[in-house]
Order: sequence, then structure tokens, then C-alpha cells
Amino acid sequence: MSEALISSLIVGAAVGVAAGYLGSIMVLEKMALVGDALSHVALPGLALGFLLNFNPLVGGFVFLFLSAILIWHFSRVTKLSFETLVGAAFTLALAIGILLFGDNLDALEEALFGDISRVGILEAAIAVLVSIAVVALTKLIYRQIVLGLISEELATSKGISVARTNLLYLLLISLTVTIGIQITGTLLVGFLVVTPAAAAKIMSANMSKYITLSSVFGAISAISGILLSSYLNVVPGPLVVIAGIIIFIIAIIGKWRSKVKS
Amino acid sequence: MVSMETRSDFILKVSNLTVEVSSQRIIDNLSFGIKKGITLAIVGPNGAGKTTLFRALLNLIPHTGKIEWKRKVKIGYVPQILSVKDIPISVREFLSLKNESVSDIEAVLASVGLEGKTVVEKNLATLSGGEMRRVLIGWAIVDKPDVLLFDEPTSGVDLDSEEAIYGMLRRLTTRDKITLLLISHDLHIVREYSDYALALNKCLVFFGESKLIMNPDTQKLIYGEPVCKEYGEIDVGSTDL
Repeated sequence: MSEALISSLIVGAAVGVAAGYLGSIMVLEKMALVGDALSHVALPGLALGFLLNFNPLVGGFVFLFLSAILIWHFSRVTKLSFETLVGAAFTLALAIGILLFGDNLDALEEALFGDISRVGILEAAIAVLVSIAVVALTKLIYRQIVLGLISEELATSKGISVARTNLLYLLLISLTVTIGIQITGTLLVGFLVVTPAAAAKIMSANMSKYITLSSVFGAISAISGILLSSYLNVVPGPLVVIAGIIIFIIAIIGKWRSKVKS
Repeated sequence: MVSMETRSDFILKVSNLTVEVSSQRIIDNLSFGIKKGITLAIVGPNGAGKTTLFRALLNLIPHTGKIEWKRKVKIGYVPQILSVKDIPISVREFLSLKNESVSDIEAVLASVGLEGKTVVEKNLATLSGGEMRRVLIGWAIVDKPDVLLFDEPTSGVDLDSEEAIYGMLRRLTTRDKITLLLISHDLHIVREYSDYALALNKCLVFFGESKLIMNPDTQKLIYGEPVCKEYGEIDVGSTDL
């Protein structure tokens, strides 16, 4: 097993857990597609990294986070929904990103689909640290967000600022998407925050099982996709998606069977 | 403006409260005061501003006028509706969102009649109307409030559960001396379970003893053409808080 493959597996497992954990909130908030679309906003930042010769992931994160803050602010000012604003921002970002990449199609392909050959021990260590931070911070705001979902009145009457919590949450999405881009690229990274959580939700009646399963499914999808891609010598992103979808289908069949039995 | 500096003998004092939503006046110049330990029912026709009054008392919506709660008062709130349909959360997990202490949760489950029952591990979305109301009361009292604001305590529950819930509320007010503000459409319940009634029809139209609520003259005041009263004050209840 090569160093690049081992590093990729570490990044995959770390991203899978963090994305699954965070994604469990996004699915509850019915913001799954927002997370998916938001991931594309990283593209202009990645392009600037390639063009100006600095780490594209730094550019991607800065673009993601600034866009997230702007969208958060505009949604408060205009009362437009997140979905509407993210929808506008992600198409604009894709357009700018493609223009910036110009005829550098190899770099564009890497940004869109990821490239695990560039992942080394340093990237793996960073991914693990970022994932630990994301899970820890998400744990801190999880209760508040769930309470806000159940009743904004209950949350506010407990002194919770729903707006401030949402801002921190957007920062966490930006961090998770940034480290996930290495494995799946901007085009498919949104999958990791959506599908594992959706499969877990089908199988769970309580919160602790839901969060645990979502994180585990995220890690299994990423690890099995990367291993298969190494075996078949293809890019890992699509195989990560297919592995996750298989878990999702198994969850649906399991639910259907338990309904038939009862 | 909501402040915590009301005179020592009042737990709540509201002065000239006005609430507008989308340029429409929902509550108009409402003033009243209540003392500790009483049960006050808020009544009035649909759209009279009852739930809006609660939201203003909790400082959840913009308003003008003055709302003064007794200093350091702890307020519990039970909303009419919760959006739990799509959330995989058990009863125990829901209560722990507010208070993580296992012993406090066990105690509160016992006090709302759900002790040792499998219901505590059930998904919140699968509860019956009666079970949900009990859990919500548990939610409101788990951190031992001085005042409980309860919006339609028995909406969506059967008659048996209704009696049990009001019995539970009565215990809270008599044994634990909780001040209770409840919104209800049912005037029989208001007469039976509350000390005083405040009728709202955008402004204050009646404020007095609940036993007067079935009186035809009172009914005319509540449901007839609104004739606004300036101020209602209940001069009862203990003064030590």
C-alpha cells in the first residue's frame, strides 16, 4: 500500500466522519442541497491558488467561508431563503471558476474531481485535526440547533441566538468541504454531507443512533470508494458516491422490510 | 422593552404594551399586573392576540410599552406546536436538551406521570397528543420555573388526558406555588382551573375573577364589540418571591 493511498484513506475516514456528523444537522434542517451547492463556491478560490501558486485549498476555504458569511448576511437582510441565495452564488462561482482556470484543463479537472496522488502525510494530519475540531465544535452547537429546529421560540426563550449558531455552522461546513475536496473534488464533495446522513435518518429513532450511524456511513463510503479506486485505477470521487448510495439503498430496503413485517 | 425590575409585590407588570406585525396592530395598549401564585387564564376570540401576548412576554417579538418581570424570575414556556415530525429524537434526549442532569429528568418524568414507562425512549414524533403535552409540561418545569406560560394546554388531546393534564397543572400551582398563565378557548376549563381571567380582543376587554366568566354580561364583554379597559390589576397572591 503506497503512502499516498494510506494518507488518502486517513483523509477519507476523517472527512467521512466529520461530514457525516455535520451532515446529520444539514439533513434535519432540510439544507442538504445547500451544502451540496455551497461546495461549488470553492472553485474560484482553487483557481486562484493554481494561478498564483499558493495552496489551492487555502483559496478554496477563504472563498467558501466569505461566501457563506455573505449569504448568511444577505439572508438576514433580504429575508430570502438560504436555498435561493446559495443557488445564485454557486452558479456565479462556477462561472468565475471556469473563466479563471481558462485553458488549464488538468487543473480544472483536479479541482472538480479531486486528486489523491497529491495527498501526503501532512495533508492527512491536517485533515484529522480539522475533522476533530469540526466534530468537537459541531457537538457544542448540536443541541442548540436541534432545539431551534424543534421550536425557535423554545430556543430563543432559552437565550440561544439561532442566527449566531447558524454562522458558526457555516464555518464548519466550509472547513469540512475544504478537506473533502482533496478526495472527491468540488463536484462530488456535497455527497458526503448528504447521503450518509439520509441513510442514517431512515434507520434511527433517536438522536445518538442517528449521529453515530451518519458518521460511520460517511467513513465507510469514503474508505471503500478510495480502496476501490486504487484497485480499479480510477478517480475516487465517483466510487465514494456509489459506495454511499449502496448504503443508502440498503437502509431503504431495511426500512421497507421492517414496515412489511410490522 | 422587557425589564426585570418590577415592584416587589408583583411578579409581572405590563404597561401600555402594543405589538404590530406587518403594520397590523395585534395588541393595543395593554396594561395589567399580577402577583405570585395565581393562575391567570388568557381568553378571547381567534386572532385576539393571545399567543402574541405570550411571545411578547418572552421577548420573542418586537413591541412597545413596558414588560416588567420580577427580578431573577425563571419562566417556563410550553408552545402550542412543536416541529418534531422529521427529527429522530427520543423523549429523554429532548428533555436533556434543556437539562442534562439525569436525576432532574427522572424526577420530572415522574411528576408528569411518565416514570418508568417505555415512552421515554420513544421517538418524540410518535407520541400521542396527551403524551406530548405531558412531555411538554416536563420540558417547561425541568428547571423549576417560578412562572409557567402555557399555550392551549389540552389542544389535540382526548378528554381523559385533558383532566389528567389540568390535575397536574393544579398540583404545580398548589404544591409548587408556580404562577400559571394559560391560554384557553374553553371557558368551562377557565372557570374550573384558573383564579382570574384576562380577556383580550386586541386590547383588554375583561379582567376579573374566573368565576364570573360564564356570566352573560362578561361573555358580552369578551365576544361583543371590544370596549377597551385601561388597566387590570389583581391584588391577590403572596408577596414573597
